Amino acid sequence: MALLEIRNLAVEFATARGRFRAVDGVDVTIDEGEILCVVGESGSGKSVSMLAVMGLIAWPGRVTADVMRFAGTDLLGLPSRQRRKLVGKDMAMVFQEPMSSLNPCYPVGWQIAEALRAHNAVAKPKVRDRVVELLDQVGIPAPASRMGAFPHQLSGGMNQRVMIAMAIACNPRLLIADEPTTALDVTIQKQILDLLISLQKQGGMALALITHDMGVVAETAQRVQVMYAGQMVEEQLTDSLFSAPRHPYTAALLDALPERAMGRARLPTIPGVVPGIDDRPSGCLFNPRCRFVQERCLTTPPQLEGPAGARARCHTPLDAAGQPTGVAA
Amino acid sequence: MTTLMQARDIRRYYSVGSGLFSRKGTVKAVDGVSFTLREGETLAVVGESGCGKSTLARVATLLETPTEGELHIDGHPTTDAAARQALRTSVQMVFQNPYGSLNPRKTVGAILQEPLTINGRGNAREREAAARAMMEKVGLRQDQFGRYPHMFSGGQRQRIAIARALMLNPRVVVADEPVSALDVSIQAQVLNLMMDLQDEFRLAYLFISHDLSVVRLIAREVMVMYCGRPVEHGPKESIFAQPRHPYTRVLLAATPSVDPRHRKTTITIKGELPSPLNPPPGCAFASRCPYATERCTAERPEPRLIAGHAVACHHAETIG
Repeated sequence: MALLEIRNLAVEFATARGRFRAVDGVDVTIDEGEILCVVGESGSGKSVSMLAVMGLIAWPGRVTADVMRFAGTDLLGLPSRQRRKLVGKDMAMVFQEPMSSLNPCYPVGWQIAEALRAHNAVAKPKVRDRVVELLDQVGIPAPASRMGAFPHQLSGGMNQRVMIAMAIACNPRLLIADEPTTALDVTIQKQILDLLISLQKQGGMALALITHDMGVVAETAQRVQVMYAGQMVEEQLTDSLFSAPRHPYTAALLDALPERAMGRARLPTIPGVVPGIDDRPSGCLFNPRCRFVQERCLTTPPQLEGPAGARARCHTPLDAAGQPTGVAA
Repeated sequence: MTTLMQARDIRRYYSVGSGLFSRKGTVKAVDGVSFTLREGETLAVVGESGCGKSTLARVATLLETPTEGELHIDGHPTTDAAARQALRTSVQMVFQNPYGSLNPRKTVGAILQEPLTINGRGNAREREAAARAMMEKVGLRQDQFGRYPHMFSGGQRQRIAIARALMLNPRVVVADEPVSALDVSIQAQVLNLMMDLQDEFRLAYLFISHDLSVVRLIAREVMVMYCGRPVEHGPKESIFAQPRHPYTRVLLAATPSVDPRHRKTTITIKGELPSPLNPPPGCAFASRCPYATERCTAERPEPRLIAGHAVACHHAETIG
């Protein structure tokens, strides 16, 4: 059975100009011990959908779903008191900006201990030892003396390690990492990603990694979900996603990477911008920017279809040669 | 080809900690950088945060005077204030964050005309015509002339910032991480625009970035910096094909790649950048370097020319 199962997740925000659907019809399944990457550009709803899983969407946001189950527990009907027992213990989250997610007024050791105390994870006299052990586990040198340090006394990479230590304090079964390395330098990014993968391997923890960086996806994920304008447009295993993307958006995004360009050639671009709150087109949300747009794309919204593990939200998903299939001649 | 900018052994030091409770010290933000930038070429400066690349950009745009060393722009020295004043218009800058670098209370038209007004170029009608022509060049529509920055997306704002930098017909454009705040699809559009404009105006770019895949696309020469010092400097092709300095290798290995073969390469380094206030006596990279010997911690390596690269490493030959 899947560790996390979500069907038809939608997150709406009431705005002055009416309701805005930030996330629409997203399905997420994560198995025990799996690494799933959720990739998308800014405003694609990747963070919001994961915040909804954690129960961190506040008014005026509204979360709806057909199914939202974590380890057999239905999250939708769960009273918030019960849910708080789950969040931070069995599912935990690491946020993007370590500097602004940590409390500047308390030493980092105290903040990690707070997670342990809140869930009564270890007996009181052992809290201190456990904090030292956690700091050591995430690779902070001299952990016993760093416990008393404040966030401003540590570097960005060290603070991110503290955030990870806090998240894994109660041995979660699912760790959601929201752009954990975006604010960091590449050599530190590599260290943090290696740390997350080793924690996932040792503890059998499932890892959901939210990122906008296709390189990070290629280097870490087992399975990938691509988000566009609040919808999940493609889901594939990592290797096949990069060799044979099925949704035109994924294909265009991969082509636009500077890494794939030859010499000083101009990059293939995606015309236009991601639709905002006012200019969502009818039919397929990608149709104004799609190379292979058909008449029915303008009117009928496509469904997420295809064999399990290679689903795409497209009327004419691409074949291995990058050509659209099922086009009427 | 004309040399537009020449830097010889530029150093920029800051004294810090003159407060009541802290000891005095010197931060060597840029410590001995030399380069030559020719017409129509791009020099990329690569490095992690705190390596001095932004300070170098500030020195190159004449916003800061170097503590030591010489900077020549278009063949003229930049030592006295009058010369700097005269050369200022020929070096312009594009900043990292287009959300912060445009005045939210000015229209696009006013933003583009401002450099001309300040420098007393043309009359009102000529200035407007120049601004409109530049909008055309960077791919903005004429009806956007009276709009404010908040009405544009990130990519369009960066186009405005680039247009503004080009209003005074500069010879050199210093771009400090111009695409790192943008999404991939938008990043490609802005990079294409920068390459088109370079070909059209024969611009020289001093391109500052931490993203090696972007550098690989746009640069002709690459300079890798670490703790204020250049550790490797050479033509792009050979830097990427055969990096000589251990730090360059680590940087290349750490950059995530969409090529599945790259996943196997596992050179990781421990530790973080040493404190700039208290740099180690020898090679700044020695504490993190897998090849470091006693000599590295004692003696600072000077850049030497090896196979067309200037490499600052004692062991560049043996590990190559």
